[in-house]
Amino acid sequence: MNLKLKIWRQKDAHDKGHFEDYHVENVSEGSSFLEMLDILNNNLIHEGKEPIAFDHDCREGICGMCSLFIDGRAHGPDDDITTCQLHMRKFKDGDTITIEPWRSKAFPVIKDLVVDRSAYDKILQAGGYISVNTGGVPDANAIPIPKKNADESMDAAACIGCGACVATCKNGSAMLFVAARVSSLALLPQGKVEAARRAKAMVAKMDELGFGGCTNTGACEAECPKGISIAHIARLNREFLCAKLKD
Amino acid sequence: MSKLWSSSIGKKLVMSLSGLFLVIFLLVHLVANLFFYGGPDAYNAMCVFMDTNPFIRIMVPVLALGFIIHIAWATAITLKNQTARPVKYKVQDLSKSSAWESRNMYVLGIIVLGILAWHLSDFWAHMQLQHFIGGEAVASPYVLLVETFANPVISILYIIWIIALWFHLRHGFWSAFQTIGLDNQIWIKRWKCIAKVYAFIVAVGFISIPVAVLLMRCFCC
Repeated sequence: MNLKLKIWRQKDAHDKGHFEDYHVENVSEGSSFLEMLDILNNNLIHEGKEPIAFDHDCREGICGMCSLFIDGRAHGPDDDITTCQLHMRKFKDGDTITIEPWRSKAFPVIKDLVVDRSAYDKILQAGGYISVNTGGVPDANAIPIPKKNADESMDAAACIGCGACVATCKNGSAMLFVAARVSSLALLPQGKVEAARRAKAMVAKMDELGFGGCTNTGACEAECPKGISIAHIARLNREFLCAKLKD
Repeated sequence: MSKLWSSSIGKKLVMSLSGLFLVIFLLVHLVANLFFYGGPDAYNAMCVFMDTNPFIRIMVPVLALGFIIHIAWATAITLKNQTARPVKYKVQDLSKSSAWESRNMYVLGIIVLGILAWHLSDFWAHMQLQHFIGGEAVASPYVLLVETFANPVISILYIIWIIALWFHLRHGFWSAFQTIGLDNQIWIKRWKCIAKVYAFIVAVGFISIPVAVLLMRCFCC
């Protein structure tokens, strides 16, 4: 298939940036979106031009590195996937595809389609961990955990920190990311001890970094490659409000 | 409680609590309006009760405060959220990931507020307000209602207003419970369903009255 691409080019963080048009030909329907960009970059290198910078790593949907806002949707026109899992069969021959970086004040563009997502690391550093001394590894059955809690915690822990929730939210809110971290830890006995402090610290850091507030549109859940439910946001709200009311 | 009200979740808590207060008010208002179907005597008697009942009289300024808080916080939150994405997307398609009303709550709120001003001047100013300022209220609120809604332009404007309110409530109702934290995987579906039922009842209840007046006029003529 032959495609026309409109891609955001930005030399560095200080550059204003602009869209450039590219043509890429003979793309297999079976190739992934990132492989299509590899083909384009290969052509650009052969032509002596600067290749397009984009984030990628594992290319199997688990590292959370690949981003890209493709034709108006985070990770492109498919559900429950990352961009590396997006296949060209989702497009038609002759399509024009618009590719943009994540847009958020908290995720500034470093170059072209690469954004700085270290704001997520800062939120995690504020409280997304367990600091209680848990001693050695206990027997698996020594601490009983209800199946429901274990399941919900694991669902929340599926977050790969890709930033699609922020990228797609009309308010650029990081609530689903923070909720997933708070929820996955608060549901387990080891994480419960610091649940109140964690919720307060992570929300304070999230607000400080310039993310928007949640207005419950649910777009984050729909575009999350791991399908994390906004019910976790309700738990975060509950944890945060209870913690604040006890202060 | 330190920094609760300045946090993003704290501000949303104010929105949800004031919103739920207004949700209850709408139900009371709807019940009062439905006395219209009891005829002039029933409707006028209800208006006298509303104008003279001490509890209702105390609640009127509280209600006004509820509206002001809901609007002021919504404006502050919306302006703050606008700053989170300084560079907008060239192409953004949210139609597949979220409901239209959830993305346009502020616009819907402005429509509701805009026509509310007209609504207050058309009805409330001639009815309950007169009891507060010592003026003379209209003799028959029922006649005022029928004469006002007999004008198709006013009725259509009123219906548009209620449709905006309908969409506002479809999202606002369940969203309030989500913000308070009274939600989980099971209740999220239930709250959304209850929100749709509530919004539908409120919208149909309010819209039915101008429609009934217009139909009555058609048949009388």
